[in-house]
Amino acid sequence: MSRPAATMESAGTMAQAGDRGASQLLSASPAKRRAFAEGATAWMLAGLAVFLLLALFFVPVLGVVLIALTDWQFGSASFSFVGLANFREVFTDQGFRASLLNTILYVLIVVPGTVVSGLAIALLIESGRSCRAFYRAIHFLPFMATLTAMAIAWEALLHPTIGLINQTLAAMGLPTANWLRDENTALPVLAVIGIWQNLGYAMVLFLAGLKSIPQDLYDAANVDGADMWLDRLRTVTLPMLGPVTMFVVIVVALRAFEAFDTVKVLTQGGPGHASELLLYTLYRESFEYLRTGYGAAVAVVFLLIVVTLTLVQTRIVDKKVHYQ
Amino acid sequence: MSQASSSLSMPSGILRHAVLLLTGAVILLPFVWMISLSIKPPGEIFRASFSFWPTHFYGIENYGKALTEAPLPRYMGNGLLVCALILILQVLVCAPCAYALAKLRFAGRDLLFGMVLIGLLLPHQVLSLPLFILGYQLGILNTYAALIFPYVVSPFGIFLFRQFFKTIPDDVVHAARLDGLSELSIVWKIMVPMAAPALAAFSIFSVVGHWNDLFWPLIAVRDESLMPPPLGIMAFKSEEAGNDYGPLMAASTLVVLPLVIAFLAAQKWFVEGITGGAVK
Repeated sequence: MSRPAATMESAGTMAQAGDRGASQLLSASPAKRRAFAEGATAWMLAGLAVFLLLALFFVPVLGVVLIALTDWQFGSASFSFVGLANFREVFTDQGFRASLLNTILYVLIVVPGTVVSGLAIALLIESGRSCRAFYRAIHFLPFMATLTAMAIAWEALLHPTIGLINQTLAAMGLPTANWLRDENTALPVLAVIGIWQNLGYAMVLFLAGLKSIPQDLYDAANVDGADMWLDRLRTVTLPMLGPVTMFVVIVVALRAFEAFDTVKVLTQGGPGHASELLLYTLYRESFEYLRTGYGAAVAVVFLLIVVTLTLVQTRIVDKKVHYQ
Repeated sequence: MSQASSSLSMPSGILRHAVLLLTGAVILLPFVWMISLSIKPPGEIFRASFSFWPTHFYGIENYGKALTEAPLPRYMGNGLLVCALILILQVLVCAPCAYALAKLRFAGRDLLFGMVLIGLLLPHQVLSLPLFILGYQLGILNTYAALIFPYVVSPFGIFLFRQFFKTIPDDVVHAARLDGLSELSIVWKIMVPMAAPALAAFSIFSVVGHWNDLFWPLIAVRDESLMPPPLGIMAFKSEEAGNDYGPLMAASTLVVLPLVIAFLAAQKWFVEGITGGAVK
């Protein structure tokens, strides 16, 4: 009995406070009134974006965590909380463990491959003055070409009998392989395509990093007797590229974790689970097998990995700004 | 760097070109092979020769088949429509919000900006299951709306426009207010036109991302008549069971072509836009 009364009372006080607020505002200084009007305008301008951010980002991300903690299935009317049961199921599942390990292996091939080749090509392009834009364009092309279509082109190159790669190997007397159907080669081949796609991205980030190295440092290195290109590379260029390199490593790792198109088009995760990656597992479990709770748990694991990497990246960027 | 580069000796200059031409050739190989197969007749594709140019030109047949047997013009039209609508809605939603964040003082501004930053951090694929359920509840799955609605607000768009609007002097805003412009017309008549470089970078980022996206369309639509290019070309591939390489390669070439041409025409903008302004 006392609680509704209290609520009524507090509602009354709040209404009174509201009245007071309004009357205060009317009698308030023009500056205060302008501030109030500015706030109202701001929320009106931002209102639609705020609503959509909540509806399309914040509610869904809470939703996926909630679904992961329940036994809810798509289409069913009731659910109950099951704690971490979905996560236990995910982590004891051979398929998911294979997918997680594959993803880590994929990232461990793609990141060094992309960063080293991207850096080497950026250094080569910067080391001369002719044809810079031309070389940059060629190497950047795969990054913006539709990967689904390019995966189909790769499939033709990798075709076991009529593909250019096996033909070339055969002509040189080397052993050929059924690249996408062999469990030993499927994942490495996808990783090579990943490197092919992303190295142009790493390259443009390194090119920007190279441009930001002050000329004075090279002059000083010259005075110190570092007149060979290799000396300057070792004493000035590479140390100065440190922060950029860390940034590139994380950004490329994030992209590698999100690899999906090539798996879907080329291998469907096979043979067996040999080339299954996290995002493909997430897609298949959620939308093909309709295992809602399982799929949501995979999504949460994926989210944790990506958020961790992004936070590390933010720290690095902050540090870099701090240094300058 | 200029001094460093000018001191490169002749032989190493030639070496630079040799290495870059070689890596460039490796990078371009899938593109070249795709085009080569797209103009070869089935006989030559299966005879497997090294030559780029076919002895019997079959391009008309292959491209004709790609355009008629697969509803490729329809896929491309869908892609264009979806990308255009997403971009227009994103700008309509994000620019006013970015203006409020950049130029107005209000309670909750830091909170709102924090929301934008968290939104930037979330990978979209994680949201796909709840968004699929939302689309189902709204009854819009398997329509154009399903392809568009998850992207109508872009945290990156808000962030980018806010950063650019902040560089525009406050005096510009004050002068516009004195001229009697409403806040909304300040956004559309003053701020957005002045932020043309940010708008261009964001447009490229958005259009390239959504033209190339496979993940969400795969979930959102089933009808072939609604498919954007990546999903459509995948459907075409499974229909042909991978046996009719010529038309499939022709279709792939046509899907990749618009962005490649746009990229070659406006390289600098593309590099800046796609890398999310990380490169200036």
